[in-house]
Amino acid sequence: MSSASAPKSPPASRFVFDQRRLVLFAVRYGLFLALGVWVVAMSFASEHFLTWLNVLNVARQAAPIVVIAVGMTFVMATAGIDLSVGSLVALVSVLVVTFFNLGLPTYVVLPAVLLVGLLAGLANGSFVRLGLPPFVVTLAMLTTLRGIAFVVSDGYATPVKDEFVLWLGRGQIGQLHTPIVLAVIVAIGGWVILSKTRFGLYALAVGGREEAARAMGINVGRVKLAVYGGVGMLAALGGIVLTGRLGNGSPNAGIMLELDVIAATVLGGTSLFGGVATIAGTVAGALFINFVRNGLNLLGVNPFWVQVATGLILLLAVLLNTVVNRRVSEWARVGKADEQEPETSP
Amino acid sequence: MSDHLVEMRLISKSFGAVVALRQVSFALDAGEVVGLVGDNAAGKSTLMKILSGAYTPDSGEILLDGHPCHFDSPMAARAAGIEMVYQDFALVPELSVTQNIFLGRELLHRGLRSRFLDKRTMSERATHLIERLGLRVPPGDTPVRAISGGQQQAVAIARATAFDARLVIMDEPTANLSAAAIGKVREAIGNLKSHGVAVVIISHRIEDILETADRAVVLKRGQVVGERRVADTGSDEILHMIVAGQDPRRAANNGPSKSA
Repeated sequence: MSSASAPKSPPASRFVFDQRRLVLFAVRYGLFLALGVWVVAMSFASEHFLTWLNVLNVARQAAPIVVIAVGMTFVMATAGIDLSVGSLVALVSVLVVTFFNLGLPTYVVLPAVLLVGLLAGLANGSFVRLGLPPFVVTLAMLTTLRGIAFVVSDGYATPVKDEFVLWLGRGQIGQLHTPIVLAVIVAIGGWVILSKTRFGLYALAVGGREEAARAMGINVGRVKLAVYGGVGMLAALGGIVLTGRLGNGSPNAGIMLELDVIAATVLGGTSLFGGVATIAGTVAGALFINFVRNGLNLLGVNPFWVQVATGLILLLAVLLNTVVNRRVSEWARVGKADEQEPETSP
Repeated sequence: MSDHLVEMRLISKSFGAVVALRQVSFALDAGEVVGLVGDNAAGKSTLMKILSGAYTPDSGEILLDGHPCHFDSPMAARAAGIEMVYQDFALVPELSVTQNIFLGRELLHRGLRSRFLDKRTMSERATHLIERLGLRVPPGDTPVRAISGGQQQAVAIARATAFDARLVIMDEPTANLSAAAIGKVREAIGNLKSHGVAVVIISHRIEDILETADRAVVLKRGQVVGERRVADTGSDEILHMIVAGQDPRRAANNGPSKSA
């Protein structure tokens, strides 16, 4: 494209054009660049940072976030949001031990809690489909589900003894930890669905411009229902993994987890206003958050400050995602219109 | 009688107490371009929304190739070859040109990969389609939000003609477009006509109609006031019919016209 237009345009404008592409590139792949810079810088700052053990450790911590954030990417593609995933993780965590204590076998318990996740998500989706703001619906669900988790568990954390659940949270497949393998599978599945199927395209269309999607015959309500159901089920899967990792079912599991999930998704470049979403970005976003946290820990930074850093990263991500992104794409569009002017005029 | 491509017979439609259309009849042939003109609330859009399946009429019938048919959704009308180009284009800004053209009717792979989008074929067909219409649009993977209003209109027209359309309805196709873009739209209408596609243009701009249409139909307060071959009328006469709500030639023949 650039080589085709290069001979026509004078050298000066070509330079501007290349500069523009550079800025666009920096904004679009800024997260990947930042991740790279952070990893390089940290590997000089701490000899432990870039070790196989530490990288696996970070990936394992990021895994449940990745699993849930893949679902969140679809929700945000439709211009929605789900604040209730952290509470759903707690409810699932508590239900896993409750069901095991009832004497149910693993092959019943796990599908059952996945079903609970799906139903909770579908409940969110049904309200959103009625036209209620997703923010409020899922905020209500956040406190409701956490409340149910406390009621069911009576506020106590109970150990999990099931081998399979523990394996899901702590086990290994060859060299890799099970949660990492699960996260990779979920991410690949999410990428395929988002970029290669009708459903992924429709989620983006609904988020981009709902009326246009409807005019083209897309069942907008069904798409919304499906994305919330999907993130609910993935939150349940994340809850199972976390329960296995922690070794107990706790109503305090997943507190503030929704923030990590949303931060990872937004950092990855998925638009808060819908219509734009990428799974690779979401995965990189989750890794970035965890690498920053891990790096600060290795440097001996006070954990309270680590929390502040996480908040600031989220703020920065939202800033990039909204204001900067819009300005830059407007700027790029103006530039493009300038270039095409001689072609479009009669 | 019914060798028309489409015939709407005695269509009536009310919204609550408001009567939008009173026994309106309307017909057009393959390859014919008809301009539908009239004031605001004359019923132009309602009539075309009935034809494109967005509304169902209270009474009256629609004949396609002489056969009665019922469109209970825009999808049903599209399946029958009746396409609508919306005034706001109904494009998703974040999706690409190609994705918008095939939105809702994506092509899928065959066989084992039949659940997956056939992006390459869609992209090739989009390019071919736009060339056939004589339109100029940036590469198919460009997001629609990055292209100009005229190019967006071109995408909307390309989408309407992507699946062997027989009738394309355009709602205010030249609103908010530059002079150059308007020329392109008119050219595209001419291309459709030469491919045997019928076109209905809903427009406030009488010059659009005079420039592109074979025939103008004037509506006022839900009724057909009159119609003219574009070749034997002018903007003054059509404007008079829009404003006065009566056909001057008929009024001259029949004395004071019915004002019921």
